[in-house]
Amino acid sequence: MYLSIIFLPLMGSILSGLFGRFLTPKGAAFITILGMSLACLISVALFFEVGLSGSPCYIKLSPWLDCEMFDACWGFYFDSLTVSMCFTVTLISTLVHLYSTSYMSHDPHQPRFMAYLSLFTFFMLMLITADNFIQLFLGWEGVGLCSYLLINFWFTRLQANKAAIKAMVINRVGDVGLALGVFSIFVVFKTCDYSVVFSLVPHVVGITYNFLGFEVDAISAIGLLLFVGAVGKSAQIGLHTWLPDAMEGPTPVSALIHAATMVTAGVYLIIRCSPLYEYSGIALTVITVFGALTAFIAGTIGLVQNDLKKVIAYSTCSQLGYMVFACGLSNYSVSMFHLINHAYFKALLFLSAGSVIHALNDEQDMRRMGGLLQVLPYTYVMILIGSLALMGFPFLTGFYSKDVILEIAYAKYSLHGTFAHWLGVLSAGITAFYSFRLIYLTFISNPNGFKNAIQNAHDAPLPMAIPLFILCIGSLFVGYLTKDLFIGLGTPFWNNAIFIAPENLVMIDAEFIPTYIKWLPVIVSLFGAVSSMLVFHFLKNFLFEVCIKPFGRSVYIFLNRRWLFDRLQNDLIGSVILKLGYNTTYKLVDKGVIEVFGPKGLSFLTITFSKQISSLQSGLVHQYAFIMFIGVTLFMTKLLVWPLFATLIDINLYFIIMAALMFTNYFVIKLS
Amino acid sequence: MFDFILSWLILIPFIGILIILGIPKTQISAIKLCAFVTSLIAFVYSLFLFVLFDNSTSKFQFLEYLEWLPSLNLHLFIGVDGISVFFILLSTFLISVCILTSWNSVVKYEKEYYICFLSMGALLIFVFSVLDVLVFYIFFESILIPMFFVIGIWGSRTRKIKAAYQFFLYTLIGSVLMLLAIFLIYFEAGTTDFQLLLNVPFSEKKQIILWLAFFASFAVKVPMVPFHIWLPEAHVEAPTAGSVILAGILLKMGTYGLVRFSLCLFPDGSVYFTPLVYLMSIIAVVYTSITTLRQIDLKKIIAYSSVAHMGFVTIGIFSLNLQGIEGSILIMLSHGFVSSALFLCIGVLYDRHHTRMIKYYTGIAQVMPLYTLFFLFFSVANLGFPGMSSFSGEFLTLVGAFSSNTLVTFIACLGMILSAAYSLWLCNRILFGQLKIHYISNYIDMNKREVAVLFPLVICTLWMGIYPEIFLDVMHVSVSNILEII
Repeated sequence: MYLSIIFLPLMGSILSGLFGRFLTPKGAAFITILGMSLACLISVALFFEVGLSGSPCYIKLSPWLDCEMFDACWGFYFDSLTVSMCFTVTLISTLVHLYSTSYMSHDPHQPRFMAYLSLFTFFMLMLITADNFIQLFLGWEGVGLCSYLLINFWFTRLQANKAAIKAMVINRVGDVGLALGVFSIFVVFKTCDYSVVFSLVPHVVGITYNFLGFEVDAISAIGLLLFVGAVGKSAQIGLHTWLPDAMEGPTPVSALIHAATMVTAGVYLIIRCSPLYEYSGIALTVITVFGALTAFIAGTIGLVQNDLKKVIAYSTCSQLGYMVFACGLSNYSVSMFHLINHAYFKALLFLSAGSVIHALNDEQDMRRMGGLLQVLPYTYVMILIGSLALMGFPFLTGFYSKDVILEIAYAKYSLHGTFAHWLGVLSAGITAFYSFRLIYLTFISNPNGFKNAIQNAHDAPLPMAIPLFILCIGSLFVGYLTKDLFIGLGTPFWNNAIFIAPENLVMIDAEFIPTYIKWLPVIVSLFGAVSSMLVFHFLKNFLFEVCIKPFGRSVYIFLNRRWLFDRLQNDLIGSVILKLGYNTTYKLVDKGVIEVFGPKGLSFLTITFSKQISSLQSGLVHQYAFIMFIGVTLFMTKLLVWPLFATLIDINLYFIIMAALMFTNYFVIKLS
Repeated sequence: MFDFILSWLILIPFIGILIILGIPKTQISAIKLCAFVTSLIAFVYSLFLFVLFDNSTSKFQFLEYLEWLPSLNLHLFIGVDGISVFFILLSTFLISVCILTSWNSVVKYEKEYYICFLSMGALLIFVFSVLDVLVFYIFFESILIPMFFVIGIWGSRTRKIKAAYQFFLYTLIGSVLMLLAIFLIYFEAGTTDFQLLLNVPFSEKKQIILWLAFFASFAVKVPMVPFHIWLPEAHVEAPTAGSVILAGILLKMGTYGLVRFSLCLFPDGSVYFTPLVYLMSIIAVVYTSITTLRQIDLKKIIAYSSVAHMGFVTIGIFSLNLQGIEGSILIMLSHGFVSSALFLCIGVLYDRHHTRMIKYYTGIAQVMPLYTLFFLFFSVANLGFPGMSSFSGEFLTLVGAFSSNTLVTFIACLGMILSAAYSLWLCNRILFGQLKIHYISNYIDMNKREVAVLFPLVICTLWMGIYPEIFLDVMHVSVSNILEII
């Protein structure tokens, strides 16, 4: 049972991917959905058995890479953390599969699409259930690959091609960090097994090892390197640029991969490594700062995006920032809780956005929407609920996790805690603002789209409506229902899956912070929501006036160009490497220096020398006689006069003189 | 049947050659069939080598001995250990793949072509099993002859003559130094028998000189930057099967030599020169990866990426620990599968459209789905995707290297990013995008023979990625033995 949850999706993927031609699109969809829903049911059972009944399970299949001390196994480990993730992943994945049958129904490559989705789920489950870092790496790379394939699904589009490469390459940067982290773990702990590593952490506190020539603290260095991996995968600031571009993929993909599951892998890694991070204050501080900055910066960019999906993408990025800084503040359970909640409402938002896009014949620009309230009431309700849950409206799902994160940040009473708190509160307002901007521009404002499109628009058909409804229920109630289970004070749910050092525990302090601080997030987000509606409804012209003033314009452009992150990456890294690759390494060195000192130069020298030497044989008797005369003279000199000079002249010098004479001789001949 | 398994392995191709010589030139299909069957028999027979191999000992097995020049104390000694057995398997395997893949693409001098490949098969088994330095040198060089013909006669363009010369001279110049070194060894020790030499202590100064001389030869063969430029040239001009052999096995002769001779015979020299090798390797990894990004010729891309992968191999070998060396042997084998498969894939396109320029191919996923599947699979394997063969090797290598030098590993890891960049870029350029029908108007997907050629490689790649234990188990003891010498 434990393994079938992982291999059912793989089976579905193989069947529908390789034999989709014989299965027909319907058959492929049926098989993959069957596999996924079975996996989902099993994961419910697992959640009960492992999570609620508290019996972790450990399966070791066979050795994988076994070399001296390095022992990577095919092993699976199920604890509360794993099963919580498993349930979320399989549920969302099943719903997205179902949704795709309708969304992709006109696509000739539907079996391939379903196969990719199932393959992705397989790798994601592999990532979650791994019992060592190497297998985690397999899942990690696997989801990256599937993300590449899925972004690139409509492969004739240039933008999709570019976005897919970008996603994979930037992820690869993070992967290198993760790989280096794993190497460091091996060097320090001599194993890659979770259980061994985590139980050994207290014993290696203060141990240093040599990294790039510096003696660094082992745990901090490992923590930071693993975090680089998380930065790549979870789109934290610096390596986040691939996520908005990844919206080129079909919308179900965005919902499954770029909102609910894959991007949370980085957060999962940090939570999984909590026993390690707890011993490194530096790593935790860095994580907090990165998370808070991501939450804020992504939010501000989201304010001015015009693409429906990109707004939601930046909102995802921002929410991932929340999860990450919650980890940085040692509240892994809260972060996990937010991760699960976020999966529901963000999948809901994306799938509803997909419904809008589907209805409008693949129109994604919000400036060409508007007035859809009458046309797509069901979708509108879904997006509204999703947005409210996202902005943390009281008693909806997002409220229970987001508010706790902010309270904890405040209750930390440290520099980075307060930094995270204020940026977090600010971002909460921003989140509400752009969420309602999205709703206003899409549904409420005057219709700006083509008449034809709006006339033919239809609300979500049943296979699309059912997933939306289930996710909507999740967005409404999951937070309320599971709060005590996941983050209640003294909950036994997590067992040993999460470790929080006693001195880092602030859950109780969070109960004693001033009341206005507790209210602040809600007030700020409500203010953001209301002001957004007001500004876009009444002050639209004023907003325009501001945006064309020099200052307003520069701010607008700065935000619209995403804080110039892409520009920096392209100009400073991408184009430099490409230029280097052609001008320097290929043209200058490969075809230049090495050629000249290698084959070309050698053949040139050989030819010229042989020509010159052959010209010595001129066939003129007087020249030959002259050479002979010189030669004999030298010989005689050697024989007769040499003893006189022997003490004065070095033997080596004699050869030089000989050679010099030969050359003079040669030039004499040439001149003649 | 299994008494003289190595001799038989060497004899089988020669018997095949004799039969082919007897077949008249016009009976092309008989020649092809004979060549293929011979190579297949050799491959199946070589599997017994693997099955009968005793992996609990580091001694050379299946030893055979032939007195050659007793007056000079030179003998023909062959045998295999846990390292060379794989290379013999790889050779016999790739020779049959090569013969099958050139079924329709070779249209002139077929008889000579297949004789060249069969003789190469026999010589390769010699190279990887011979236990005498001088005889190794002889066979190491003799591979050049059939390969020279393959590039020069069945190559694609007029530039092939230049490429063949370059290939020949580069390797030969490197090897001359090795020959001198072997003479030095012979005069010092009075023998060139590898097993005896293991017990001859060379002074440190001599080791340094000898190591350098051997290294000159191997570095050209590997090839390491800056001795690499013959490789893209030779690959581009060689026919598909030639490229497969070149990338699949000939490059491994260099790294095999490094493991077998440089490390074992000159341990002090190896330790002394480790920084040099590291430097050259990381330059190779980064430099060639960057160069690959801007190539426009399909074969050149794979050729340059081969150089990068061989950079990983040399890093692994000179990390001088078990993970590093075993990892690098795995990379060698996996590179034998993956890059050969990529060359075969390119061969598929070349056979149909006779061009290797990227710009003529775009969006062929629409018309050649099967081909796309294979190409994507091997590209992904090429970038070191976990669960595929390259990853097993690359990861072990880097783990080993990290234990000995973090900076080198860090820079080598940049190669991981760049390999993703160029592999995916290549995929996207030729597989995805809008189909260009104004250059090439009719596309045909892969036929059964081509699938049959590539499918075993898929199996090998996955097998080695998912369960490399089978390979690792065999080499553990032998590699540990090498480390003990150091």
